[in-house]
Amino acid sequence: MATLRDIKRRIKAVESTSKITKAMKMVSAAKFRKAQQRMLEMRPYAERMNGILSSLASGAEGEIHPLLTVRPRRNIEVLVMTSDRGLCGAFNTNIMKAAVRHIDELKREGYEVTIDVVGRKARDYYKRRNVEMRKAWTGISGKISYANAQEIASEIIENYTSETTDEVVLIFNEFKSAIAQQVVITRLLPLAPIEAAEETLPIYNFIYEPSKQEIFSRLVPKNVEIQIFRALLESQASEEAARMAAMENATRAANDMIGSLTLQYNKARQASITKELMDIVGGVEALKG
Amino acid sequence: MAEGKILLEIVTPQGLVFSEEVDEVAATGSEGEFGVLPGHVPFVTTLKIGMLTCKKGSEARYFFVNWGYAEVGSEKVMILADSAERSEDIDMDRAMAAKKRAEERLKHAENVDFARAEAALERAVMRSQVVEIKRVK
Repeated sequence: MATLRDIKRRIKAVESTSKITKAMKMVSAAKFRKAQQRMLEMRPYAERMNGILSSLASGAEGEIHPLLTVRPRRNIEVLVMTSDRGLCGAFNTNIMKAAVRHIDELKREGYEVTIDVVGRKARDYYKRRNVEMRKAWTGISGKISYANAQEIASEIIENYTSETTDEVVLIFNEFKSAIAQQVVITRLLPLAPIEAAEETLPIYNFIYEPSKQEIFSRLVPKNVEIQIFRALLESQASEEAARMAAMENATRAANDMIGSLTLQYNKARQASITKELMDIVGGVEALKG
Repeated sequence: MAEGKILLEIVTPQGLVFSEEVDEVAATGSEGEFGVLPGHVPFVTTLKIGMLTCKKGSEARYFFVNWGYAEVGSEKVMILADSAERSEDIDMDRAMAAKKRAEERLKHAENVDFARAEAALERAVMRSQVVEIKRVK
């Protein structure tokens, strides 16, 4: 049986844990709001980019960009996005599980798979298992900038245009709501054919400077950057949301534990008082004798 | 839409920088500067690192624009830029520091990404020019 002092010490320990988890929850709540804000800010850009692309595509007959051409798939590049830090529940586990399953499947079908990772967690995961990674970008979560997306995109685009890879797949956590994230697996390259806008101004009215082909070919890689940037931001917001939920749970569990420990403490205290009383009563009776 | 006005929108991945009706817009396209008045023909161009000016009445505003695209319609100008800053938001100290850094790097021209350093220098110089023009006018 634990002594009173042991129980007291445990209560103290759990209390300080709960303080920490509570503070961490507040921190990630603030970070989450910021991440969500950035996601919203980038939306108008993405929308307008799509608008311009589709109005360009509607007149672009036969003008095909290398990033839009579909080649027979042989070598598939998989880009896995995780966080740099842990303590965010099943956030990284879910991603890694999905990634491993997807990669195994591709390998079983006989494709060559190259792995790229974003985030320390994925890097460590593969390192521990001695799986080769082509490239790992770490230390960017928490301070994602557009330049990060550009760097990743240029690397991927280069591999694709030099035909080192024939398809690029992106695996990341998509932000659903503050309490739900979903692992999504999407094809990044070749880009899905850009649909021509339904109602556009007659295209011959536009003046293009430099040529239309050139503008189009500069917009297409930009679109890849945007998609990566979006995925990074979504992943970031999901990470903070997941951490918030995990810390909330941890705080609740700690408080439950404090409750049951306090009960145990009180019981033990009562028992020791009763025992002392009995000793006194016993002593008095003996003296009377 | 007020008669004889252009809606100028500047959008970057970091958010909407500017959205207002103005009288006149001038920007640096990759083929040279161009000006837009209401009723301009539809026009699409790429932008260089450069300055964007818009006038509304007697008031002029200046922006620093870092690459991007412009879609011009008869009553609308849309700028999609990698980054864009209002002249009053430009951090002069940072631009100067960036300029110095880029020059330093260009001096020791071996083992540096020349194009990148040059672009950084161009950005820094353009930023300070935008601030300068705003101050002078």
